[in-house]
Amino acid sequence: MAGTSLPGRVPVITWEKRLEPSRLTAVIIPVAAVILALGVGAIFLAATGFNPLKVYQNMLEGVIGSKYGLSETVVKAIPLMLAGLGVSVAFRMLLWNIGAEGQFYMGAFGASWVALTFPHLPAYIMLPAMFLAGIAMGGVWAVLPALPRARWGVNEVITTLMLNYVAILWVDYLVYGPWKDPKGFNFPLTAPFSKAATLPTFAGTRIHLGLVFALLAAVLLAIILWRTRWGYEIRVIGESPRAARYAGIKIERNIILVMLLSGALAGLAGMSEVAGITHRLQHGISPGYGYTAIIIAWLAKLHPATIILVSFLFSGLIVGGYSVQTSGVPAATVSMLQGAILFFVLGGEILTRYRLHFGRKEGK
Amino acid sequence: MAVPLVEMRGITKVFPGVVANDGVNLSIQAGEIHALLGENGAGKSTLMSVLTGLYRPDGGEIYIDGQKVNFRSPRDAIAAGIGMVHQHFRLVGPFTVTENVALGLKGGLRLNLNKLAGEIAALSKEYGLQVEPQARIWQLSVGEQQRVEIIKLLYRHARVLILDEPTAVLTPQEARDLYRTLKKMAARGCAVIFITHKLQEVMDAADTITILRGGKTVATVKKNETSEKDLARMMVGREILWQVSKPAARKGDKVLEIKNLKALNDRGLPALKGINLTVHTGEILGIAGVAGNGQRELAEAIAGLRPCQDGMITVAGQELGQCDPCRVINAGVGYIPEDRLGMGLVPNLGAVDNLLLKEYRHPRWGRVFLNRLAARDWAKELIERFQVKTAGLNAPVKLMSGGNLQRLLLAREISNRPRLLVAVYPARGLDVGATETVHRLLLEQRAAGTAILLISEDLEELFRLADRIAVMYEGEITGLMGVEEARIEDIGLMMAGAKRMEVSA
Repeated sequence: MAGTSLPGRVPVITWEKRLEPSRLTAVIIPVAAVILALGVGAIFLAATGFNPLKVYQNMLEGVIGSKYGLSETVVKAIPLMLAGLGVSVAFRMLLWNIGAEGQFYMGAFGASWVALTFPHLPAYIMLPAMFLAGIAMGGVWAVLPALPRARWGVNEVITTLMLNYVAILWVDYLVYGPWKDPKGFNFPLTAPFSKAATLPTFAGTRIHLGLVFALLAAVLLAIILWRTRWGYEIRVIGESPRAARYAGIKIERNIILVMLLSGALAGLAGMSEVAGITHRLQHGISPGYGYTAIIIAWLAKLHPATIILVSFLFSGLIVGGYSVQTSGVPAATVSMLQGAILFFVLGGEILTRYRLHFGRKEGK
Repeated sequence: MAVPLVEMRGITKVFPGVVANDGVNLSIQAGEIHALLGENGAGKSTLMSVLTGLYRPDGGEIYIDGQKVNFRSPRDAIAAGIGMVHQHFRLVGPFTVTENVALGLKGGLRLNLNKLAGEIAALSKEYGLQVEPQARIWQLSVGEQQRVEIIKLLYRHARVLILDEPTAVLTPQEARDLYRTLKKMAARGCAVIFITHKLQEVMDAADTITILRGGKTVATVKKNETSEKDLARMMVGREILWQVSKPAARKGDKVLEIKNLKALNDRGLPALKGINLTVHTGEILGIAGVAGNGQRELAEAIAGLRPCQDGMITVAGQELGQCDPCRVINAGVGYIPEDRLGMGLVPNLGAVDNLLLKEYRHPRWGRVFLNRLAARDWAKELIERFQVKTAGLNAPVKLMSGGNLQRLLLAREISNRPRLLVAVYPARGLDVGATETVHRLLLEQRAAGTAILLISEDLEELFRLADRIAVMYEGEITGLMGVEEARIEDIGLMMAGAKRMEVSA
């Protein structure tokens, strides 16, 4: 088919690759994505017979309209931050730890075990012991899948995910069985912890010391990643495992260490939830914090400071979601909004690497 | 004169900040081998990306068989019979050769891989492109992968075949085989365009030559009306000095000693079948050989990246043991790997982090914390000393040109003051200027007393740099001689396995 002559039509919009990812768009796009997601949510709300503006206004008021709303937003952000920071370290090394939920439950279990087994310890021993038990159990739960991954390359996505169910069912077994509070009217929860086993709170709100843990963890993580030898190794392995091996970096050892840190942070989230909020172990202690944490870490591009900010955004969504449920909006709407935000941010990602070129070029 | 098969008129392509092509003209007849000659950054690859529909020109026209075309995507270019073998191959590593050829073929859901494998075997026989249809891509040497790329195009009946620096990965023999293939294709009425900056290659293979410089066409000449010297002047825009002065070797103590080394390749087949070699201080031992005869495995075994089946490697009397890159680095071995951006450097990290890659364990940066300020100063000094052009100390190094990447890599490996430097294809894909730099740095290291093992497929390079040349064929050393008594013909025969000499390491 010699001499194929192709028509000279040129599309009006073309993609052009950016030489460097644009810094400006890296900020604008997530913001635009949130707005677009709210827009989609509005269409959905309108279609189901609600006034979207009213619903959003209620949501906003529920979050920033009262001291309670604000403090609840902080309260809900604490586990999200810790778990989000946890998964982000693992993700940075290309370890897809989907198991923050299970590590959260095991952390809560570890802390609860200390509180229930030694109820008479004074606070200055009790809280550190619970802290250690929480991070230890979370860490162990993440190292379990890390070992086969490091030794035989067993895919950690599956193993971490499966261990979530084990952890959740283990806690359920305890609260429905041996640890059930005899005075609890048959509800699936343990007896309340002693006063010594509760985290101090701030200024009459429910905001507890866990907030300090989370902020310190973010600072610590940033220091580890960008100021220490270990962090350097993590970044090199994450960017190029081949170069890491070439440089003599021990990849297997780092898989285990990083998963340990990742799980410990999620475990700490579980510990601070039982010691700070519920003051007992109970069924459904996490409404999916460990999964939301994955979305948060991803949206924040694994950056510790950004994870803190994005956690507030998501906890605001959760709290705002509760407040609109009173006016009949289903809880699932909030999950849908979260999904829509993620969808638009990831979709918009392409704009940081490509540029849209408008206008007609020559071509007759 | 017949209507040219391909004609590009006044092609202009602008990237932010750079005019890559500025009114370039190119005209190619069916049945000719046309070289596109120019230094890195002259705009050769951009021009070919325009021809293959990858980029849209900002100005200019393309005619195929005298008819104007407008390629909106590579698909249009492929439909018009234009195919390209890129420098970085477009192959799927875990797939077999046959499966790679099958990718993107039209013809519905039915796929008869056995029939296709037969056709591939026939094609490879017809054009002298030796490759096994059932082999998986990741197991193949770079040279073999290139053949797969060419077969892909032949299978799709490409009439215009573009090769981007094809011989950068080949030996003289392999290159000659390639030329033969290209001539066969030209004889069947195809047009072959190859991009290069090697003059020798142009004189060996091309019929017509178009020279580009700074995004503009300098001239189009017939091969038999020009000379290497003229081409060099047109390409670089000034006279260049070819002579690299090499002082006499001051050969000293044994540094690297390899005894009866055996190792497997990625396929699990023997790649090294009992290698014996020694390299002394202040000496460059060159290893010649066709790609895929065990050179990569040898370098990786020394670097501790590949387990040894048998034998032993000692550096300065210290045995390296089993597969521990960290220990090898500490023994004072520098390694410039074949794959700069894939192994030697971390593409998304900056120059400082990349320079630290082997240094960061040194206690002077701190035991737990990395003193980044000190590291930055140190990196800045190295970058200046080795004249690396960066976009900033922390800008991702993947933005740098090939020559600068290699300078950065050399800066790191040399600044460690290695006892032994293993360099694999160190000048591959570099332009004349960068090649000169790499050669000068290697000779400086030799003068400073480093033992250098230079693995190269460029015989010219080996003759210029090496003190002794060993030839590798199918995992064995088939010849070892001083460079003075070496003759290209003998080495060629040994590389092809047609001749061997008794070797005593």
